[in-house]
Amino acid sequence: MQGISTSARHDARCHGVRCSRLVPLLFLLFFCALAASAQTVSQQQIADLQRQVTEARSNADNGWMLVCSALVLMMTGPGLALFYGGLVRRKNVLSTLMHSFAMMGVVTVIWGVVGFSLAFGPGTSFIGNLQHLFLHGVGAAPDPDYAGTIPLQTFMVYQLMFAIITPALISGAFAERMKFSGMLLFLSLWSLIIYSPMAHMVWGKGGLLNASLGGRFPCLDFAGGTVVHITSGVSALMCALYLGKRKDYPLEQLPPHSVVLSFIGACMLWVGWFGFNAGSALSAGSLATSAFVATHFAAAAAALSWMAAEWIHEGHPSALGGISGAVAGLVAITPAAGFVGPMSALLIGLIAGPICYLMVAKVKVAFGYDDSLDAFGVHGVGGTLGAILTGVFASHYVNPMFKDAQGNVTGSGLFDGNAHQLLNQFAGVAIAWILAAVGTLILLKIVDVTVGLRVTQEQEVLGLDLTQHGQEGYSVD
Amino acid sequence: MTKLEAVIQPTKLDAVKTALIAIGIDGLTVLEARGHGRQKGHTEFYRGREYSVDLLPKIKLEIVLRDERVDEVVKAIIGASQTGKIGDGKIFLSRIDEAIRIRNEERGNDAL
Repeated sequence: MQGISTSARHDARCHGVRCSRLVPLLFLLFFCALAASAQTVSQQQIADLQRQVTEARSNADNGWMLVCSALVLMMTGPGLALFYGGLVRRKNVLSTLMHSFAMMGVVTVIWGVVGFSLAFGPGTSFIGNLQHLFLHGVGAAPDPDYAGTIPLQTFMVYQLMFAIITPALISGAFAERMKFSGMLLFLSLWSLIIYSPMAHMVWGKGGLLNASLGGRFPCLDFAGGTVVHITSGVSALMCALYLGKRKDYPLEQLPPHSVVLSFIGACMLWVGWFGFNAGSALSAGSLATSAFVATHFAAAAAALSWMAAEWIHEGHPSALGGISGAVAGLVAITPAAGFVGPMSALLIGLIAGPICYLMVAKVKVAFGYDDSLDAFGVHGVGGTLGAILTGVFASHYVNPMFKDAQGNVTGSGLFDGNAHQLLNQFAGVAIAWILAAVGTLILLKIVDVTVGLRVTQEQEVLGLDLTQHGQEGYSVD
Repeated sequence: MTKLEAVIQPTKLDAVKTALIAIGIDGLTVLEARGHGRQKGHTEFYRGREYSVDLLPKIKLEIVLRDERVDEVVKAIIGASQTGKIGDGKIFLSRIDEAIRIRNEERGNDAL
């Protein structure tokens, strides 16, 4: 560099700017650029992460709910099928299995076409509309009113399994004497006229009894004490009264042909019930756990208490008593499962066992009606008991359901400081009873004058397997 | 030819079979039967209802024998199944008109 002055030589310069100032300036510029680009990256990353977390949570809930749907279907086939099948005589075992199996087919079609819409579509306080006819609008997108993290289609198929097992339960009352064609027509109509409306009232949008969506009489029914057990149990009683007794009842001996089959079925019911109750949490979180635990504890307590009652009354605890007790406990905890803690569940089971036992062993015999497989004694009475006990034991610590005007959580049940809830429970119970009783009698009459309800005496003696289905359950070879 | 029918307790079947094989009797028909003589049944309970079960499980043996062998076979069966209590069972003897072996159509004692 020629001609630079002495002062310039001491002061190094880059493009006219002093070097000693340039370096920190360059560093500053570098970090600003870095910071600017880093900020853009992290906003996008956060959005991505948020979406992934939502998706992961949705997948977890959906996986759980699909498994629960399968569990509840298993409760019908082969759970209930075997439980009932083992209790009838050998010559009627297939027809009893077919009562449950037929529902797996028939109710699926009805539900898909119109049943789901009537139950869960928006509509009145009593019934849904036809918005979801042919499952229109039921796809991958969740419906936040019902279950915000799973596809509506999952919710639909889960509820379908409930719709299947409910009419199947009724078959316990008319086993060994019902015409297959009459049964198909009767239970199809029942699903539309009794099940869908009841499901709508308790669980559907705008439902009269819906505790989660602001119903007029919020009835706490977690998994279907009123919707499933009271309706089917009371209908069963109506069927038993209308159809009349089996030809051989009560004079002839009618013991179960295979308590072993019933045992297998009952254990499947117990395991499947986790899908029924815990799945009613509609997500895989801690409420599902709570319901799972309550379900199990009630079953165990009721199995023991039924056996104890039998031991005292008859001198032996029997296998059939044990499994019947477990089922009674499961029925009783169904409305309560997501609202009570494990100790309350034990109490509910403890109470349900002897009460249902007395119903089937004493009351049924005293009144003389032929509820062949005790559908009313266990489901009708157990469900009623459970629905009322839900109003007693429901706790906001387990599941906060109600808020006051200021938005604070208030008590759920009697022991939780909310005695008023018992009235709502009674409302749900009463509506279930009346709908089931009146509706069933009307439907029975319709089917009786059209297709016919009962097989002939000769068919009853020969057995329904041969006369209704042309097959034997067990062949000699 | 004599037909021997013996109704015995199911628990005694193995002992009787062994005793019969020991004396060279190898033709035997075994039926699962239900019945009772003076032995009482028991009651069972299902959902609070009492069922009296009079017909107890039994095993029925049928053997067709040459007349000369009947006494030793009766002795062998009684020896293997007698307990001295009610429920031991009974043996019945009757005359057989004819016996025919299906395989080769032999008749009479040769068919036994």
